[in-house]
Amino acid sequence: MIIASNVTKTFGKLKALNNVSVTCNRAQTIALIGPNGSGKTTLIKTILGMVVSDSGFITFDKHNILHDWKYRERIGYMPQIGRYPDNMSIAQLMRMMKDIRKSSFVLDEELIEAFGISKMANKKMRTLSGGTTQKVSACLAFLFNPDVLILDEPTAGLDPLSSELLKQKIIAEKEKGKLILITSHILSELDDLVSEVIYMQDGSIQFHKSLEQLREDTGQVKLAGAIAQVMKER
Amino acid sequence: MKTIIKYVMLDLLRNRIVLAYTIILLIISFGVLNMDANTTKGVLSLMNITLIFIPLVSIIFSTIYVYNSSEFLELLVAQPLKRKTLWLSIFCGLALSLSLAFLTGVGIPVMLYEFTATGWMLLLSGFFQTLIFTGIALLASVKTRDKAKGIGIAVLLWFALTLIYDAVVMLLLFQFSDYPLEKPMIVFTMLNPIDLSRVLMLLKLDISALMGYTGAVFHEFFGSGMGISVSLAVLLLWTVVPLWFSLKQFQKKDL
Repeated sequence: MIIASNVTKTFGKLKALNNVSVTCNRAQTIALIGPNGSGKTTLIKTILGMVVSDSGFITFDKHNILHDWKYRERIGYMPQIGRYPDNMSIAQLMRMMKDIRKSSFVLDEELIEAFGISKMANKKMRTLSGGTTQKVSACLAFLFNPDVLILDEPTAGLDPLSSELLKQKIIAEKEKGKLILITSHILSELDDLVSEVIYMQDGSIQFHKSLEQLREDTGQVKLAGAIAQVMKER
Repeated sequence: MKTIIKYVMLDLLRNRIVLAYTIILLIISFGVLNMDANTTKGVLSLMNITLIFIPLVSIIFSTIYVYNSSEFLELLVAQPLKRKTLWLSIFCGLALSLSLAFLTGVGIPVMLYEFTATGWMLLLSGFFQTLIFTGIALLASVKTRDKAKGIGIAVLLWFALTLIYDAVVMLLLFQFSDYPLEKPMIVFTMLNPIDLSRVLMLLKLDISALMGYTGAVFHEFFGSGMGISVSLAVLLLWTVVPLWFSLKQFQKKDL
């Protein structure tokens, strides 16, 4: 569904992405793992078209994303650090997003209810705590019932209860056969979520394997153990 | 595109600076036009204020606005929108609000006191100044990531076009005063939108006689239908070119 071919991106001297090629298919749940600064967020932003790659190309359903912006209708994106216009309230923000998408999709307001967002709909975005902003980001990502979900550290900053709610929601969406791309540093919570693992380091992909394959190769049952083993070997 | 323009304008209305700008313009215009029984003199003073104040406010306000809406841009770039639509909507929202403020603040008094060709020319050139300097502001803010640097560049550009350019032209005039410089002067005037507006308006005021032979040449050129159309075309070019460059830059900017 999403195919990246030889994508390279440099920021000044830093090579953020070095010849990255990756294929993501429908109904996969992919964990994007790697140390800080390994290029995970840059890869995600390139897929979304927020960062323009120096060379290489990305296709979404066989269309090059460079000339096609409509594909973003089918992606729900939850950024690592959600930045929103300061003087908008939650309700205004939601209304604007709905206005922009004008989608015929059925709205999915399950998370809005679960997180109790409507109770604070009139709060301005700048007054929200980090965790609440994260919740708003999550609600927006799921709101339009997209085919692809891209979640950049979704549970960072969430309390245990909300974190669990979000996890249940991700599992529910996974069961519907959506492509889900998650980055996270909390490997233990990825165990029962993901089917594939991509490991990145210094801007290039070290491996892309299914979870079973990785378990087999390393002899570890838990993802955290398996990754620790891989990091030690390198 | 309409949706985003709507949200940009709502945001601008909410921060009340545009409203304050309108009121200040209204006070200045009524004040200046009431000061003298001869409203033509008033229009002349108003022109000088307009040609300094309007570009300054347009360029600074727009630059700061674009930097402050970085979150808004970041949010919308990940949505199913063309970058071109997004950027042009920001421009339209800003240009529309600022020119609305100008046309209310200066337009109403001028229409009441000086409903003449000169008055119309004042409004037209003020309107163009707003568009041109909003475009330049967009270019300055898309080129640099650093807010302080971007605003600094915007102020310098304004300074260059209002003062430094004139000083350089004056210097050239004195250095080469032995040569006939009337024709080159027309070109120099064309290259600076503020000077161009000023000359267009002065000629409407019929005081070009005070400018000697150059004034006569100017009158002959800018007074003709051809000259007016060329001038308007140049002003339009001044609006479109910076905007186009900023758009090209924005389309490949990383957010």
